[in-house]
This record gives sequence, C-alpha cells and structure tokens, in this order.
Amino acid sequence: MTNVVITGLGATTPLGGDVPTTWENALAGKSGVRTLDNDWAETYGMAVNFAGQLMVRPDEVLSRPETKRMDPSAQMAIVATREAWADAGTPEVDPERLGAVVSSGIGGVWTLLSAWDTMKEKGAARVLPLTVPMLMPNSPTAYVSLEITARAGAHAPVSACASGAEAIGMAYEMIQSGRADVVVAGGTEAAIHPLPISSFAAMQALSKRNDDPAGASRPYDVTRDGFVLGEGAGVMVIESEEHAKARGARIYGRLLGMGMTADAHHIAAPDPQGAGQTRAMQFALDCAELTASDIVHVNGHATSTPVGDMIEARGIRSVLGSHADSVLLSATKSMTGHLLGGAGALESVFTVKALQDRKAPPTINVTEPDPELELDLVRDVPRDLPADGQLAAINNSFGFGGHNVALIFGTA
Amino acid sequence: MALNENEVLEGLAEIVAEETGLDAADVQNDKSFTDDLDIDSLSMMTIVTLAEEKFDVRIPDEDVKNLVTVGDAVQYITKAQA
Repeated sequence: MTNVVITGLGATTPLGGDVPTTWENALAGKSGVRTLDNDWAETYGMAVNFAGQLMVRPDEVLSRPETKRMDPSAQMAIVATREAWADAGTPEVDPERLGAVVSSGIGGVWTLLSAWDTMKEKGAARVLPLTVPMLMPNSPTAYVSLEITARAGAHAPVSACASGAEAIGMAYEMIQSGRADVVVAGGTEAAIHPLPISSFAAMQALSKRNDDPAGASRPYDVTRDGFVLGEGAGVMVIESEEHAKARGARIYGRLLGMGMTADAHHIAAPDPQGAGQTRAMQFALDCAELTASDIVHVNGHATSTPVGDMIEARGIRSVLGSHADSVLLSATKSMTGHLLGGAGALESVFTVKALQDRKAPPTINVTEPDPELELDLVRDVPRDLPADGQLAAINNSFGFGGHNVALIFGTA
Repeated sequence: MALNENEVLEGLAEIVAEETGLDAADVQNDKSFTDDLDIDSLSMMTIVTLAEEKFDVRIPDEDVKNLVTVGDAVQYITKAQA
C-alpha cells in the first residue's frame, strides 16, 4: 500500500470563486442558489427558473482567448486547477509521473447546443473548427493535462453525478499502481442551460420551489421535492506521501480508500434496497483497512430527492451500525445545489476541509427532518468533530446509471 | 459597400486579437500567421470562419493555405468582396 495524501485544493462554486470563500460561506450556512437572471423560464415555458450559479464567472478570471477556446466546463476546471496547483506549491514533477483525472458528467453541452443553434441559423459553413475539442467530455481533463504538463495519463471517467468522485478514485488507483506520483483530480459541470434544466425537470428530478430558490435544496427535510441544479468545479492535488514529504509539501489530509460499485438495477432510479451503495461504502472501509468505528463524519450524496436521500441514509445506517449514532452527517448540496459531475469532487474538498478544521459543515433548509432519518444530521450551524486523534470521513457520490462511489478521507 | 484594405485589416485584426489575445495593433500586413503570430491551424480556421461572416465573403478551404501573411488575407478578402 502506498500512502496517498492531499496537498492542494481548488474550487469555483456557487458559494465562491475559490476554496477559502466557498468553505467560509459553507460554514456560515449560506445558499448559493438563486433565480436565473434571464428570461428562459418565460421564453421556453420552463417549470424551473433557479439554480446554483457560480459566484465568480470564469471569464472574470481567465483571458479572453481562453474563454473562447474552452467550453465553460473546461474553464471552470482550469480555474479550480490553477488554485489547487498553486495551493500545492506549484510542484516540480516529472511530467511522466504526473497525471490528470478531471471528469464532467455531461460534457460540453453549451458548446454543442450553441453550435447547433449557429448551424440552424447560419448554415454549416459557420460552425467553428474548435467545436469538437470544446464539446468532447474529455476536454476539461485534456486542458488540465496541458496546463500542468501531465503525461502519465489524462482520464475522464464518466458516471453522471458520481463522475467527480470516480475521478478522485481513479487518481488513487493511479498512485497505488505506481503509474504516477502526483495526480490532479476532480470534476466539473456547466450545465445550467435551458435544455438540461428542462430535461431534468421532465424526469421530475428537480425541485420546483421557484418562489424560494435558496430554500429549495433541503436534503432529508420532509418537504424535499427534488434536487437543485448547480455548476462549478472542484479539484485536488493527490500525491504519494513519499513524494509529498520529499518536496516538503503541506499535507491537508489523506485519501485512505475508495469503493466503487454498480447497481445494474435501473437506468436512472437507485436500487431501493441501496445494496450497491452499501457495498461501495463497505469496500471503501475495507480498502482503507478501517472499521465503522473509525468514521466520524459523512458528507452524504443527499441531493434532496424524495426517494434517494432515504435510501442512502438507510445504507449509511446499515454499514456503520450502532456507531452511526456518533457520526455527524452533512448534506452540503443544501447550499451549493447539485454540481452533477462536479459534486463528488467539491464534496471531497469539503470533506478534506471538515477533517482539517475538525468541523462538520451545516445542512441548511431542514425545518422538519424526515421521521425515518436515523442519523445525526448537522443542521444550520457547523458542529465540532473530535478534537484529538486521527479522524476519517466518508464522502458518498451516486450517479444516474447506478454508479456508486464512496471515498474515505483522513486527517493529515 | 465594399471595404478598402485598411478597413479590412482593421476588422481582421479585431478578430485575430479576440481569438489569440494579441494586441490588434500587432496584427500588421507583413506578419505571418504561423511564424510571427503563432496561430495554429485550428485557430486559423476559426479566424477564417469568423472573417467569412464579418466580411460576407467565401474563403474555400483550399485557398486558406495560400494566406500566409495577414496582408495575403487582407488582399484576398478585399478582392472577394468586390
């Protein structure tokens, strides 16, 4: 076993343009969800007119040519990567020992649909030559590999809302297998466009609380009515402990283990028994050589859907057993909305920060917890994790298609 | 109304500046797209597509390889408008 550590964090989210701002606003229990500042709902008759929109648009921090060459999903990945890489001390790494694994759940949907609009309006000759490199779902990871000159491999595992977590799991495997010493890994999503919103709404997956956007994402609340679409990226620099120590890097925390499973149950609905989810959590514990009693905190996938939240909650209970009573559960999507392919990565950043600060972030908007919830939910204000000793926490991410990923992080 | 060469240069420089981040003032007739302005083939095709729209001209793919300098493109576009 190679020890794997986290040495850099980056993010751009509905709560902030970087990790410090995002984390500060998360601890303060703020919502990044607001009404769309456009006329889409009226123009297209959309049932949902709000989302978790970025606090800082990428074009405020990137150069004009960069925003013209990259889909917004890649732009967000680059913003988060630059922060994470600088945060890690801009390490000198042999390019052949440096990897990139940055996923998107949906890919360059803005580029694809805008190009189609151009073609319909102006004809095929007006379709721009950069359309393909912008829309391909591996574009963010490819741009990240260019940004940091990563040549050990550049990957983009796609598993809907588990993509960002799967990317971090794959980075762990790259280091464990000896393919790389350092991997920049995470997820990104830029799908706040009328078509994805309407498609998710057509599935009855989205909250329709148009009159109260900031209160719409309410995981585990009895009145939850669906998830809130969010956008943004989370990225972390993941490194073998040996490499990090040799260069004197600051170590945030550890990536102790991961578990991945598939439901093979339904294309969109989770297995009602949650068997795949619980197996993922158990595999992650086994991988980390930990037991349930080592876990102090869970960042739940908890998207605020009527069915999904409780399947996960029962799964956490079954894996952690009676020890679940002393585990603090947080659902940060209550504040950020659901970043789809970015979610697992951003919530990994939150989990690492929670362990570092020994503080579990709050879940907002829960006025009446679901009576079936048999877990200690952190509500409205942060709560302290144990002050002493090594701590470990689980971050769950599940995706349409039956993809289940559980990551276990530890204190430095 | 057809634009003269100076006007075409001005418009083309705006497109190049937008795509590459170069200063529009550096986009002069004697500059080579590849050697001086460091424009790769995908960016060149993007500039051509945007120029076709801006100047309402058609620049066939087989002619693009002959547009070595900014001046070549300015002359081509000026003539093509006529």
